Amino acid sequence: MSRIQQTFTRLAGEGRKALIPFITAGDPNPEMTLPLMQALVAGGADIIELGVPFSDPMADGPTIQRASERALAAGMSMRRVLDIVRSFRATGDQTPVVLMGYANPIEAMGVEPFVKATAEAGADGVLVVDYPPEECRGFAESCRAGGLDPIFLLAPTSTEKRFEDVAAVGGGYIYYVSLKGVTGSATLDLDEVARRIPAIREKVGMPVGVGFGIRDGATAAKIAALADAVVIGSRIIEEIESSAPGEAPSRVTAFLRGVREAMDAAGGAR
Amino acid sequence: MHMADAPYDFPDARGHFGPYGGVFVAETLIPALTELRQAYEAALADPAFAAEFNYELKHYVGRPSPIYHAKRWSELLGGAQIYLKREDLNHTGAHKVNNCIGQAMLARRMGKPRVIAETGAGQHGVATATVAARYGMECVVYMGSEDVRRQAANVYRMKLLGATVVPVESGSRTLKDALNEAMRDWVTHIGNTFYIIGTVAGPHPYPMMVRDFQAIIGQECIEQMPEMVGRQPDYVIACVGGGSNAMGIFHPYIEHKDVRLIGVEAAGSGIETGMHAASLSAGRPGVLHGNRTYLLQNEDGQIIETHSISAGLDYPGVGPEHAWLKDIQRAEYVGITDAEALQAFHNLCRFEGIIPALESSHALAYAAKLAPTLPKDKVLLVNLSGRGDKDMHTVAEKSGIQF
Ligand SMILES: Cc1ncc(COP(=O)(O)O)c(C=O)c1O
Repeated sequence: MSRIQQTFTRLAGEGRKALIPFITAGDPNPEMTLPLMQALVAGGADIIELGVPFSDPMADGPTIQRASERALAAGMSMRRVLDIVRSFRATGDQTPVVLMGYANPIEAMGVEPFVKATAEAGADGVLVVDYPPEECRGFAESCRAGGLDPIFLLAPTSTEKRFEDVAAVGGGYIYYVSLKGVTGSATLDLDEVARRIPAIREKVGMPVGVGFGIRDGATAAKIAALADAVVIGSRIIEEIESSAPGEAPSRVTAFLRGVREAMDAAGGAR
Repeated sequence: MHMADAPYDFPDARGHFGPYGGVFVAETLIPALTELRQAYEAALADPAFAAEFNYELKHYVGRPSPIYHAKRWSELLGGAQIYLKREDLNHTGAHKVNNCIGQAMLARRMGKPRVIAETGAGQHGVATATVAARYGMECVVYMGSEDVRRQAANVYRMKLLGATVVPVESGSRTLKDALNEAMRDWVTHIGNTFYIIGTVAGPHPYPMMVRDFQAIIGQECIEQMPEMVGRQPDYVIACVGGGSNAMGIFHPYIEHKDVRLIGVEAAGSGIETGMHAASLSAGRPGVLHGNRTYLLQNEDGQIIETHSISAGLDYPGVGPEHAWLKDIQRAEYVGITDAEALQAFHNLCRFEGIIPALESSHALAYAAKLAPTLPKDKVLLVNLSGRGDKDMHTVAEKSGIQF
């Protein structure tokens, strides 16, 4: 059982839902990323999604674009992302780490070298935004053979046929993008989420996380009542962006702890 | 890997040209692309669509565009004869409008009242704004803020035509960033919006669909050349930004194996300086903007900034079909520097009384290099993809003149 699966199994046993924060590796600079990952864990993260910055983040809104630009300007690269994951593991932390990014930096490194280096660094899953199932059967197989869960997106516009396509290649969990648009967009449709999650869970047989547009504990709690995991990205990056140097980790922990408490309170009521 | 005698039939059903092309987009866009593919297939099967397209091209664009023998310039060069396919005479001044009409017609069929576009030089933005005005559609054009500065006249033209021009401040503030932003708009407004991509790039079906709409250029040449010179040309030469004017003139010639196809990329200050936009000559395959193709990127897979005097060629990728034509050696790709393109620009003005677009000047410059090396009975057909009115500012600046 992968570390991601173990996490979901343990949480299910405790009657809790997973909290999955996202930060961009190297934002605001490479030295800050390890302390920020530890701050996420301290705030109650169950899995960390670590963004690999890309020059052309087509599926991201302004907040994550800015994070990517800051990280690249600070000299971030795929190899340095992997170094950070390695140093996180060296602290003994077992929180699963999912790398999230775009295809080109992976292809530039080469799929096999990437999978090998990523697994060796201690990451657990990979989510490549612009690799839909039909374009990456080989990649998904390599990931699985190398011990990485290939994680896929589903969207409000996805058909049931897509659920099956994703189930055939995916692993770990499904990331349900809760709204039409890019990361950081405004509002999300809870009714839509409530309607779709059970069908997805049944068809793909994997835990379903919901993300895009979740900005506070109250919304996170509502999502937690419907899905297996809550993903929060842009809102955390805003916290980092607006922090004075050195304060970002403590502010991120405080923000996430509030979300965690709201989720667990709602979960406990179930 | 030479496709010996099998007829050329690309892309495959999933949009692949060999290893290139495909649909590399986030899940949120997949249903929109599926809907588009189905709508395009339905349109292709409907004779009324082709009839309307041809009517529009004739009466609104002014097609067929003529072929002109640049006799004086050919004589001065002292070698092969240069013929120009006059896409500069189209309504709006470039080949871009051919594709815009096709896609706007599809948008209408699909019931989408809002169209968006990315633009570099502004030609595609102007063509989209024009067609949107003609069909009464809302139009939003994304343009890198650097290009907004370089192409102020075209920005004003788009506004006159009723379009909203959104300057894009992210990344290198040029065409690739405008494309990113248009994709983001599309995914956010998928229900009512049609994204009119301006070149043979993007996810399937765009590279195929844009090529099909632009193929009218080559189809006309296939008829016109025998009338003019009694045979097909020896060379067909076109500039390559994303590659739509080149694919449009190349595609009908692919099966004419004796005709050499030459794509001309922007070599900027020179390939060796790193300041260029020659993806096929100096790039490596990768994934950007929904397809796999040759890209200008660093060793970490980050897309790098490109440089060209012509905004329309300032793009770090290239349509996937060009990547494939390069690999199977059906087309050759060469580079022309800013200085060489400018020289050709001035020469065409002086010797033929035609002011070409700076993009097209790259193709002209290569023809001017090639012609003197060939006998006088050889025929070069150059796609004069657009006129240079929009470039007055840039050219004047280069000559130290301020308006
Ligand atoms: C006149 C002209 N030619 C060529 C191009 C380059 O595009 P493509 O390579 O798609 O033909 C442009 C783009 O703006 C253009 O305006």
